[in-house]
Amino acid sequence: MPTPLGWYLGLSAVIFTIGVLGVLVRRNVIIIFMAIELMLNAVNLTFVALARSLGSLDGQVIVFFVMTVAAAEAAVGLAIILAMFRNRETTNADELATLKW
Amino acid sequence: MADVAIAAAKSLFIVLLVLQVMGLGVFFERKVSALIQDRIGANRAAILGFAGMGLVNTLVADPVKFLLKEDVVPAGSDRLLHFLAPILSVVPVLVTFAVVPFGDVLELGGRTINLQAASLNVGILYVLAFVSLGVYGVVLAGWASNNRWSLLGGIRGSAQMISYEIAMGLALIGVVMTYDTLDLQGMARAQGALIGGWLPAWGIFYQPIAFLIFMTAGIAESKRIPFDLPESESELVAGYFTEYSGPKHLLFMMSDFVEVVLVAALVTTFFFGGWQVPYLLRDGFHFPWGTTIALPSIAVAVLQVTAFALKLIFFTWLQIVIRWTLPRFRYDQLMRLGWQGLLPLSLANVVVTALVVVLVAGPTA
Amino acid sequence: MTPLAFLVLAVLTVVSAATVVVHKNPVHSACALVVTLFLLSIFFVGLDAELVAVLQVIVYAGAIVVLFLFVIMLLNLQRDVRATGGPGLVTAAAACGVALTVVIATALRRAGAPATPTVPPGFGETAAVARELFTTYLVPFELTSILLLVAIVGAVALAKRQA
Repeated sequence: MPTPLGWYLGLSAVIFTIGVLGVLVRRNVIIIFMAIELMLNAVNLTFVALARSLGSLDGQVIVFFVMTVAAAEAAVGLAIILAMFRNRETTNADELATLKW
Repeated sequence: MADVAIAAAKSLFIVLLVLQVMGLGVFFERKVSALIQDRIGANRAAILGFAGMGLVNTLVADPVKFLLKEDVVPAGSDRLLHFLAPILSVVPVLVTFAVVPFGDVLELGGRTINLQAASLNVGILYVLAFVSLGVYGVVLAGWASNNRWSLLGGIRGSAQMISYEIAMGLALIGVVMTYDTLDLQGMARAQGALIGGWLPAWGIFYQPIAFLIFMTAGIAESKRIPFDLPESESELVAGYFTEYSGPKHLLFMMSDFVEVVLVAALVTTFFFGGWQVPYLLRDGFHFPWGTTIALPSIAVAVLQVTAFALKLIFFTWLQIVIRWTLPRFRYDQLMRLGWQGLLPLSLANVVVTALVVVLVAGPTA
Repeated sequence: MTPLAFLVLAVLTVVSAATVVVHKNPVHSACALVVTLFLLSIFFVGLDAELVAVLQVIVYAGAIVVLFLFVIMLLNLQRDVRATGGPGLVTAAAACGVALTVVIATALRRAGAPATPTVPPGFGETAAVARELFTTYLVPFELTSILLLVAIVGAVALAKRQA
């Protein structure tokens, strides 16, 4: 008996929630970034599971695009973190929250 | 049940073959370097008076020495990562051999066994995936050593590896277009055809530029001279694995040589026919001048596996000779070669190959 | 994929995803992220998506997380001193998390999807996905290449040291 679709969607929901908790709770911006990547991957799992269940390749093509966009976003985001670190010497989101005054 | 046993036997065979060629590679390293430098090399270790030209020294004395040395973990280092890094260096390279074909088919007891441990549809991409996982061993080894020179070597090494991975992958696109498949066994089989009736259709004749790019990128990927600045024995002591001793050092050395064998295996499969013996088909030799020699299928399989092993040994030897002949690149020269030399060249190769394929074979849907 | 294999892998995936979010050392979080991505790629193989699985390893586990590790090592980040924003925030976030899981699970169960037990041969293989990518989705494909170019230029411009 192959695993039912609902199990894949449930796992994806759990990973997504773990990612959301990471973004809300952690203060280190790099860990927040990694939690965002977790959320994107949970969505990828949903897309692939549904693609298999519906028999359509559209889900897998969308995953391809999600990966590309995630790569671009990770590159730019990490560049921003590097630039901020050079100015403020910290990666703590609380300390990065306010502009210079 | 029999399928599982057959798959296990094939995996065991290819791993053992690779480890034997790797051992031979280590021996060649010592002996060929000695001959190139006009000396004899290590030949003092002997068992009951048998020194075997240095075989006993390299294959028995060295591993025993490494395994019995004390395993020192530097103070203040990350113990878990220090332990994991050599494993992350060796395992991805060994696992890649699952898709390398070492023969055509073996007819045994009514079954036709495809001589490739795992027949994946996405063969080449599997290889590229695990080669890109090999970067973690380097970068974590540099970080976990709590030593700024190791970290420098680790970061340089991983930057070099990810730069040359790209050139490797793009060079392979031309090969994929020529053979119309991503599966390595399909590519090896396609090289059994004859060009003009007499020349074996090996990849080197169709994609010579891709061969040069792939070979260069492969040597850079395994961080061998002329690309060994991350290790640079005369400058950084041992670069990213300075703080490793004993069995962990042995694992790093092993990953170096297994990667040499991997590059040799991939170059043979893509460009030199893999297990193909010229004019040998599944039922025997078919020479272009008409003679045919019929052979039983087991003899054909043995000939093909032997041909594969010999080609592996040749390309391992070639990489070792290149290592001991060329001086080391400076780091900026290395990065410039990767990004401004090999990358545009491989893209140009893709465009030219695509043009030729469309003009010769006609546009297909 | 058999249910037993799914359960074992699912437990491992959840544990490593939790490690990413919970662990105080950023390098260990990044390593846990690699493990999570690799396990997800195993799920993709079980779902007949071979090309996507291999691309996940090449792109995500082999390049993006390496980039994360580079940045962590460049900034020399040690163990986080103040990892979370205080116990009040943690409890509130945990409550939101539970609510979110319940909402998503209910929505997905209500939606329901027809289960196709068999898929055509060659489903998820490179040729099939590539055909879709270059015919139906050609315009997004070209736009993605421009997106990547913009990202490269942006990242270099942001991270360059102002001379």
